[in-house]
Amino acid sequence: MTYKPYQPAPFKTDLPVMLPASVKSGAGFMPQIKPWHGLLLVGVCLMTSSISFAQADATRDGIFTVLWRWMPLLLQGFIFNLVISVCAMAVGTAVGAALGLGQISPNGILRRFCWFVTQFFRNAPWLVLLFFAMFLLPFQLKIGSVTIPLPDWLKAIVGLSLPVMANVSEIVRGAVTSLPSGQWEAAESLAYTRRQTLWLVILPQCIKRMLPPWMNLYAILTMATVLASIVGVSEVMTLTGQALAAEGGRTDLLAPFYSFVLLIFFIYCYPIARWTVHLEKKYAVKG
Amino acid sequence: MSWTEDQPMVSIKNVHKSFGELEVLKGVSIDVMKGEVICIIGPSGSGKSTLIRCVNALNDIQEGSILVEGIEVNDKDLNKLELRKKVGMVFQQYNLFPHKTALENVMMAPIRVLKQNKAEVEQLARALIKKVRLEGKENNYPGELSGGQQQRVAIARSLAMKPDVMLFDEVTAALDPETVNEVLVTIKDLAEDGMTCILVTHEMGFAREVADHVYFTDRGVIVEHGKPDTFFDEAKDPRTKEFLSQIL
Repeated sequence: MTYKPYQPAPFKTDLPVMLPASVKSGAGFMPQIKPWHGLLLVGVCLMTSSISFAQADATRDGIFTVLWRWMPLLLQGFIFNLVISVCAMAVGTAVGAALGLGQISPNGILRRFCWFVTQFFRNAPWLVLLFFAMFLLPFQLKIGSVTIPLPDWLKAIVGLSLPVMANVSEIVRGAVTSLPSGQWEAAESLAYTRRQTLWLVILPQCIKRMLPPWMNLYAILTMATVLASIVGVSEVMTLTGQALAAEGGRTDLLAPFYSFVLLIFFIYCYPIARWTVHLEKKYAVKG
Repeated sequence: MSWTEDQPMVSIKNVHKSFGELEVLKGVSIDVMKGEVICIIGPSGSGKSTLIRCVNALNDIQEGSILVEGIEVNDKDLNKLELRKKVGMVFQQYNLFPHKTALENVMMAPIRVLKQNKAEVEQLARALIKKVRLEGKENNYPGELSGGQQQRVAIARSLAMKPDVMLFDEVTAALDPETVNEVLVTIKDLAEDGMTCILVTHEMGFAREVADHVYFTDRGVIVEHGKPDTFFDEAKDPRTKEFLSQIL
């Protein structure tokens, strides 16, 4: 006798609510990025390079030679992108956290002000904010006799930290309001002040709720740092353009160079995305 | 105005409370003497939870007066912290702090709010956890405890503030039937130690056994009250009779 797995008899009912929940809900196919997708990028990089290689004439340097020659500079540029992203994230998180706490303040005026600032910067295109920071901030600050220069990259950090700030503000507000009100009431009835309740009871519980969206935001910010190339900051995109120009505008170099830039962003951002998913899953159960 | 022990510890007089248009309490008066155990029973939506939430100012009232040891709760300049140091509260949903262990839950408020010495507080907290019969669970997080165990930690947490009055808001309503009893035993222990308690409950047997006085509320008013024996056996008001016949 062969083993037959247990299968429940088809259940007949007029009431849809009595039917077993369907395992497949929504789309059957859920696309998910796996590490090997990065190999696709490498593949594109190699393929475009070799196609270009075939077209190249023998008197000029090969694609890989050229790419190899510029790689240190490009990587330097990429590190500059990372510096901008980390700084903008730090500034945006600090100011945004304060703004988010302002949004839940019992003081109505402060609350409305913080809400307005948050909404304003959250609903503005990042590039426009970057342009504003670039062209509205002076190139140097004079405080008394001290002159502080404001280089372009510093202004880019300010410009990019504005949308980050607004998004962090919403993350903080969302996390705090997502906690059950019983936590506030329990702390209140134990004679905690509002400040103590917030710092000892509410925020410690919010940190893990805030972490995944915050990391997500960081990955988005990192990818947005290339916007700074438009306003002339010498980050990786600007340098790529300059390298291509220095090679005499060879069209066969375009695809390999930009594929290379894509690849280094992927290598950096993909682990962040994976880790975010991991954290979301981990914290989803406990709540 | 000073309070002496011959006066009611909690004196609720003609309290009116509305949520918007809806009037939930329509003139409720209750006096609770020191050491007394009061049970408030009644159908859902009759305002019993709202009433005890008003006692520690979690809800404000529109009219009337609530005095807790001489402190007027219906006062714009009320020092809520002083009031809440005297009044402990336990909730239906336990509301333990999930990121702290059972022991830390009990210790936090005395250390942070009352600024007491940590070593002394720990000693007290361990004694309280023993008192609610949870020895060995000190280092467990609330998520690792059953509902009944969590509720007993919540009681210990409230007791750590050494309150004069304890409020219990349907504390067994969210529990599995088999764990209800362990919480009731804990409350009974407390009552026998002379703690002044105000309970909102659906446990009629428990109310009869423990309460000094039972109040029946319906639609925002107190319909009937009395000593438990008289109340349960010789209810006069038809609404009380109907409620008791449904629930007993």
